[in-house]
Amino acid sequence: MQTNDLSVPLVAENSSEPSIVQIKELSKIYRQGEINVTALNRISLSIARREFLTLMGPSGSGKSTLLHIIAGIDRPTSGHCIVQGVEVTQLSESELADWRNQNVGFVFQTFNLLPVLTAFENVELPLLLTRLTSKQRKKQVLTALELVGLADRTSHLPRQLSGGQEQRVAIARALVTDPQLIVADEPTGNLDSTSAHEVLDILRSLCNDAGKTVIMVTHDPKAAAFGSRNVHLEKGELAP
Amino acid sequence: MALPLRYNVRSVLIRWRSTLSTIFGIGLVVAVYIMMQSLAVGLEKSSANTGDPRNLLLVRKGSTAETSSQVTREQFKLLQYLPDIEKDEKGEPLISADTLILISLPRKGAAGEANILVRGVSKVGMQLRPQVRLTQGRMFEGGRREVVVSQKLAERFDNLGIGESFKTGGHQLQVVGWFDGNKSAFDSEIWMDSDDARSLFDRENYSSVLLRSDPTQWGALTNRVESDKRLSLSVIPETKYYSNQTATATPIRFLGNFLATAMSVGAIFAAMNTMYASVGARTREVGTLRVLGFRRRAILIGFLLEGAILAFLGGLIGCLLSLPINHYSTGTLNFQTFSEVVFEFNITPHLILKGLVFAVSVGLIGSLMPAIRASRLPVIASLKSL
Ligand SMILES: Nc1ncnc2c1ncn2[C@@H]1O[C@H](COP(=O)(O)OP(=O)(O)O)[C@@H](O)[C@H]1O
Ligand SMILES: [Mg+2]
Repeated sequence: MQTNDLSVPLVAENSSEPSIVQIKELSKIYRQGEINVTALNRISLSIARREFLTLMGPSGSGKSTLLHIIAGIDRPTSGHCIVQGVEVTQLSESELADWRNQNVGFVFQTFNLLPVLTAFENVELPLLLTRLTSKQRKKQVLTALELVGLADRTSHLPRQLSGGQEQRVAIARALVTDPQLIVADEPTGNLDSTSAHEVLDILRSLCNDAGKTVIMVTHDPKAAAFGSRNVHLEKGELAP
Repeated sequence: MALPLRYNVRSVLIRWRSTLSTIFGIGLVVAVYIMMQSLAVGLEKSSANTGDPRNLLLVRKGSTAETSSQVTREQFKLLQYLPDIEKDEKGEPLISADTLILISLPRKGAAGEANILVRGVSKVGMQLRPQVRLTQGRMFEGGRREVVVSQKLAERFDNLGIGESFKTGGHQLQVVGWFDGNKSAFDSEIWMDSDDARSLFDRENYSSVLLRSDPTQWGALTNRVESDKRLSLSVIPETKYYSNQTATATPIRFLGNFLATAMSVGAIFAAMNTMYASVGARTREVGTLRVLGFRRRAILIGFLLEGAILAFLGGLIGCLLSLPINHYSTGTLNFQTFSEVVFEFNITPHLILKGLVFAVSVGLIGSLMPAIRASRLPVIASLKSL
């Protein structure tokens, strides 16, 4: 359980550890009857703190799979994935749930807000798993919503928001627990170019101003241009 | 850590179109359950309200009902001199011999005939049954073939209005008053003068004897009666006699439970169907919650809760549906006297609570499998669902 307070400046911890994510020989093979589909093939990759890494590659090249493993949602077939010094692949199901809650913010292409909850309530969800009081939670939710420019939309339901606003609420939900790592799977895939630009701006400032590490999958070279480093995946392997 | 309750409540309400039929189905089951149980409660209450804790009833040894008992006039005379009987202001012992006759009368609306108990009763007999009050008309007078009738009975049978008369056993009897038995078994009776009854219906003997005695003396009195060869009567506290007659509520309870159980199987499947549909439609939501850090158990509890909320709404509707029947009076057959018993549906707060608990159980059982499925959804696959 974490009790970080967002009102404290969002600055990355000073750590001697050079990289926040260390991936070694990571493979993911799906078995479909007789055929094996290799989604990831012995990938090794290091991601430094405060980096804005963009992941590109053709459809089916394994981008989402890699992101899911880093975020502790999926498990590799073999290899290592160490995030902030923790071997994620070794955690049990329920340890992973807690670990995700405290260490990763996930942004989906389809926003995935809960339709029956307001913007405020959606953002508050991950905090319900912490020991924060409702007053502390409220403060943190409002700070997060302010950060994405939606302080005036707290009581709106997702269907009362535009796509771009929904995605910004989703970003607020991802960062409300103050995790070091934000991962986003094609976050602008469903947005018009203006909204996409707003979202990318926010992600970039999370990295530059708040000291977060951001990993973003995208198809769009214009979106990739917001990153500080770009990695290409091709048929489950890193392209040089 | 659990999901916020408002999330579950709203998730149920927002799908009201698809859940409405399930909610009503559960409501119907609960209504049937409450009505059947309230019937049993009413019947039991009619027995429970009948006895006076100071009264003893004497019937022939081996008889389980007043109607099948006989007490001779000689026996009654002997009983009057027992020492442990309480006296009234005038020093007369509070003891009365009743004569019970089963007659057949036409139900209102040409719905056939039913047996009714006529009780030949004395002034003292009325004194011993203070829960019976005259509500309209006047009390019968001896020698004039007059009767007073339970008001509830009068509502259900022909010719029992005040001033009306009915024929039985070749005699015309005049209704001069209505009484209210305060939900006791006497609500199912017609009362007339004891001597009139015996002469009109050709009865040499009485049926039973009722007397008042201090409960501390009951042991001695019972000994005296039961050891006297000339008497051969058994002594039963009046309350106990009527609570034994409650056995007639058992089949109703049984039928009620059987019906409710049979119907609840349907309701459980309806709830299961609805909850499976809900899980199916919200697969991605579940995946999202898991990504945010909610555990499987939180998902499981969440969906169980939604099933319970759904069923609780159904339970409330069921209660509302059943309420109009409260205090509605009806009749059934007493299998010991084979006469019509009139009593009220009686919906108690306890019954309402039982109905709601019943509903929630249906919801919980119905949502168990869907909730387990939801909690076991693999995160990645559920995120990919549409
Ligand atoms: N559950 C699955 N079962 C079988 N194959 C899968 C499964 N999920 C993904 N794959 C395969 O793994 C490969 C990588 O998928 P993914 O990581 O989603 O690609 P991307 O995000 O780059 O489009 C694809 O070939 C895909 O078909
Ligand atoms: Mg993908």
